[in-house]
Amino acid sequence: MSADAPLERRAVISGIGQSAVGRRLGRSDLDLTVEASLRAVADAGLTRDEIDGLATYPGMGSGTPGFAGPTTPDVQDALRLRLNWHDGGGEGPGQMRAVIAACLAVGAGLARHVLVYRTVTESTAQGSGGRQGIGGGGGSGKLPRFSGFLQWTLPFGAVSAVNWIALVAQRRMHEFGLTREQLGEIALNGRRNAAANPAAIYREPLSMEDYLAARTISSPLCLYDCDAPCDGATALVVSHVDYAADAPHPACQVNAVGTALRGRPSWDQFDDMTTMAARDAGASLWERTELTPGDVDVAELYDGFSILAMVWLEALGFCGRGESGAFVEGGRRIALDGELPLNTAGGQLSGGRLHGFGLLHEACLQLRGEAGDRQVPGDPEVAAVANGGGPIAGAMLLTRAR
Amino acid sequence: MTASGPPIRLLPRTDGEGGFFWTSGADGRLRFLHCADCGRLAHPPAPRCPSCLSPDVAPRPVSGRATVHSFTVNHQQWIPGADPYVVALVTIDEQPDVRLTTNLVGVDDGEVRIGMPVEVVFEQHEEVFLPLFRPLGEEARPLGEKDSDPTLPPTGGTGDRGPR
Repeated sequence: MSADAPLERRAVISGIGQSAVGRRLGRSDLDLTVEASLRAVADAGLTRDEIDGLATYPGMGSGTPGFAGPTTPDVQDALRLRLNWHDGGGEGPGQMRAVIAACLAVGAGLARHVLVYRTVTESTAQGSGGRQGIGGGGGSGKLPRFSGFLQWTLPFGAVSAVNWIALVAQRRMHEFGLTREQLGEIALNGRRNAAANPAAIYREPLSMEDYLAARTISSPLCLYDCDAPCDGATALVVSHVDYAADAPHPACQVNAVGTALRGRPSWDQFDDMTTMAARDAGASLWERTELTPGDVDVAELYDGFSILAMVWLEALGFCGRGESGAFVEGGRRIALDGELPLNTAGGQLSGGRLHGFGLLHEACLQLRGEAGDRQVPGDPEVAAVANGGGPIAGAMLLTRAR
Repeated sequence: MTASGPPIRLLPRTDGEGGFFWTSGADGRLRFLHCADCGRLAHPPAPRCPSCLSPDVAPRPVSGRATVHSFTVNHQQWIPGADPYVVALVTIDEQPDVRLTTNLVGVDDGEVRIGMPVEVVFEQHEEVFLPLFRPLGEEARPLGEKDSDPTLPPTGGTGDRGPR
C-alpha cells in the first residue's frame, strides 16, 4: 500500500458474528451483544484478550426504547476487555460511523483488533403494541416541550421517520415519475432473498398484489415499505490489514469509506429532498478509490424504508439521478443472479431491522463465499454497503482480500 | 376527508432562539429571521446570518404564502383512533430554500398536490401559534369550534379542539 493511500485501507474485517435474530426474543441487549461478539471474535481466530478496541453506534441513551443497545462500558465490563481505544456515539456518517472510526483507529495504530457491534431490541421493547413515534404517544398529564430538530416536526404530527421519508418518496413520484410498483420491487426482492436466509424475520412469499393491497402507513409508503423491527446483535472485528493472512476466514478489505455531508444537516432543509445526505456520502466514496460502480458485484443498501434503497442506488452511481425506478423495474437486474444483486439476505424489510449492521454482515458473507443458498454466483469480489437516510448517510466499499 | 391535523399537538419550547417563530402568529403574521446585510432569511433561527455571518439579524414578517414542495397523508395511528392527517413540506414564497414542515388544513386530503399555492393560518395552543397552511384564497372551513377562528384564545388543554 502506498503511503498516500486512504488510511481505511489499513483495515480489514477479519471476523463477523450475529446473535439470535427474531421477534420478541425477550433477551437483554447485553446478552445478545455478548453472544454476537464472542462469535465474531472466534470467527476472526482471536480470543478476547487480543481485542484492544471497542466501538458502537449510537451509544448511551439514544432514541426510542430498544434502539440503542448496550453502551461500550457495559460491553467492556461484561467481557472484561482491556482496551487501548474505545468509542460510542451517534453523530457521524450514519450507523457506519462506528466501523469507520474503528478503521481509522486501526490505521492510526490506536488499536489492532477492534470489536464493533450494533444491537437492537426494538421488537421486545415494542411488545404487542405498534411501533412508536418519536416523542411518545401523548397519554395523560403535562406533555414535554421540544427543542432542536424535533420542534420543527413533532408539533405537526410528523412523529416518525416514516413521515419524513414519505415526503422524499412523494417528491420522487412528482419529479421522476416513480411508481408504487417500482417501490414494490425493493420489497419483493428482499422477500425473495429472505426465503434463503434462515435468520430472516419474514420468509413467506410476497406478491405485487399483496404489496399494493397493504395498508398505508404514511402515503405513498405502505406497511411493506417499512422495515421489520426485531431483536438482534451484529458484531464485527476490524483488524489491521497485516492480520489478514492469519485470519481463518477470507478477510474483507476496506477499500474506501464515504462520509461527506455537504448539504444542510436537516430532514427538511436539505437542498435536494430527493436525495439528501446519501448523495454526498456516495460521491465522497468514489473520490477515495480507483474502483467504479461497474466493479461492484453485490450491493447491500440501507432499506429502513424501501425508498432509501432506491436513493442509494442513484447516490452510489449504479444509475442516474431519478432513474432507480426504471433500474429496478421487473426485479431482474437486482436479483441474486442479476447484474447488481441487492440486499441478498432480505435487507431490513424482510431480514429484520438490524440497523445497517445486518447489511455489513451479509456483505462479508458474500465476499467470503459463505452465503449458502443465497450466495451470489461468480465469486463476488467487490461489495458496496450503505447505511442511513435523510441527513444521515455513510457508505463503504469492501473487497475480498488477496 | 377534510384534513385538519394530528389528534395531539406536541409543542415546541418558546424560550430559545426559535421562540419568536412560535409566538409570531399572535398578531397573525409569520416571521423569519432576516439579515439586514445580505437580505436573506435564515431558518431555523441562528445567532448570525448563516449566509454572510452578519450579526445584524432580526425577525421580519413575510406574506405567509407558500408552495407545497411535498406531502404525505399519515394513516398510522400513533394514537389509537386518530384520523388521517396531511403533513406537508412547504417553501416560503419570499425564499424557496426556506421550508416548513407543517399540516395542510381545510383541503380534502385527496386533492393535495405538489406545487399547490397555500397560505398560513395559525392554530393557538397556550402561547404557541402553530403555522398551518390552507389552499391560497380559500376561507377557512370550520374544522372545529376552535379552528373556525384561528385568532381565538385557547379554550382547553393541548390538542383539545372540540368535535369535528
